[in-house]
Amino acid sequence: MKPPRFDYHAPASLDEALALLVRYGGDGKVVAGGQSLMPLLNFRLVRPAALIDLNRIGSLAGIRAANGHVVLGAMTRQRAIEFSPLVAERLPLLREATRWVGHLPIRSRGTIGGSLAHADPSAEYPAVLTVLDGEVVARSRAGQRVLKAADLFETYLTTTLSPDEILTEVRLPVMAKGTGWAFEEFARRHGDFAIVGVAAVIERQGERCVRARLAAAGAGPVPRRLREAEAVLEGDGLGRAAIERAAARAGEAVDPDGDIHASADYRRNLTRVLTARAVTRAATRAASR
Amino acid sequence: MSEPSTSIRLTVNGEVREGHCPTRKLLVDFLREDLGLTGTHVGCEHGICGACTVLVNGEAARACLMLAVQADGADVTTIEGVARNGVLHPLQEAFREHHGLQCGFCTPGMLMTALDLLRVNPRPTEAEIREGISAVLCRCTGYHGIVKAVAAAADRLRAVR
Repeated sequence: MKPPRFDYHAPASLDEALALLVRYGGDGKVVAGGQSLMPLLNFRLVRPAALIDLNRIGSLAGIRAANGHVVLGAMTRQRAIEFSPLVAERLPLLREATRWVGHLPIRSRGTIGGSLAHADPSAEYPAVLTVLDGEVVARSRAGQRVLKAADLFETYLTTTLSPDEILTEVRLPVMAKGTGWAFEEFARRHGDFAIVGVAAVIERQGERCVRARLAAAGAGPVPRRLREAEAVLEGDGLGRAAIERAAARAGEAVDPDGDIHASADYRRNLTRVLTARAVTRAATRAASR
Repeated sequence: MSEPSTSIRLTVNGEVREGHCPTRKLLVDFLREDLGLTGTHVGCEHGICGACTVLVNGEAARACLMLAVQADGADVTTIEGVARNGVLHPLQEAFREHHGLQCGFCTPGMLMTALDLLRVNPRPTEAEIREGISAVLCRCTGYHGIVKAVAAAADRLRAVR
């Protein structure tokens, strides 16, 4: 038996799950798709008193349109997002980023809520939440909180969710028609975690950039909005030289740590290179308005 | 602390199977040890190598990253369920013809992954095949034979349909 012993609960409702979290008082661990938690359990790197499995709570999964947003239940599988016509039409960046999440067999189980709550800074979905100005809903027995990315991600693998809260919903504003997008990523092997990834969302009028939104994954302890680079594009436009200047600013703005996979300098350089590629591709896709 | 355990009932390769096991038992270990289906291999046990890939409700998934209890009520297909009445599946035949395996350790996971790939994308390009099978590690073949086999199987499956 690989995982350590734990009590196992698969509640049928969110209320039951929230009550269980209170009962175990911080020693209960919520499992969504399990694609990050199960390896930690198999290695016995985590030893929760109880596993509270959300997979039997049907109401936590699903994709719907509401008030200019696409609302995704936290238990929506990455695979469902990849093949959702609604996501393809209204959130093409999310669809493109999803293709970078692990591999198809991982995406069969992995969920958007699990990925966000796990808060790996090199993961794709935290960067997408950041770049699209999305928000998440966290529920506890005391009520609910709505959090922006900047209020959710604290540091490596750490969010501001409290032990009695469950992330239940993700709300992403619909990308306006004509918006260009790109998700660029570099990893040692396809499907590995990114060393660095960059998401770009561009709205243009001719060579003028009406609105740029950029975010980097893997270039620090939390996903990093690249506002310095956005300002360059919005000021100087989408010509090649302006894109290069914006990319250089992105590389200067991030403050990554070095680790076994890549040095800090290498990550800064990757941020620059991938920003240029992402902006170029997003600008090409953007329709002039 | 006594070992928490549970009863499980699921469909495996079209047959209803039941078992009783610790709640922390992995699906792959349940398939191999409790149901005697040793075709599904245990490799890295943390979701990287893909050797344990099975179909859960028709979709490829890592059997080392699921608890057996999570498959309660599910429809699971393992490598033992791919051939029908002793006749190899076209994908299996293609692996044999195109030398898609050597030691065979990754083969069950490779086949289950390729089955899912060909279902969602019946006409994959070579790049798409390579991306799809990158979900499974093979240390023998260098992948060339596997890519050829999946491409050949795609052609044959489309002809059959």
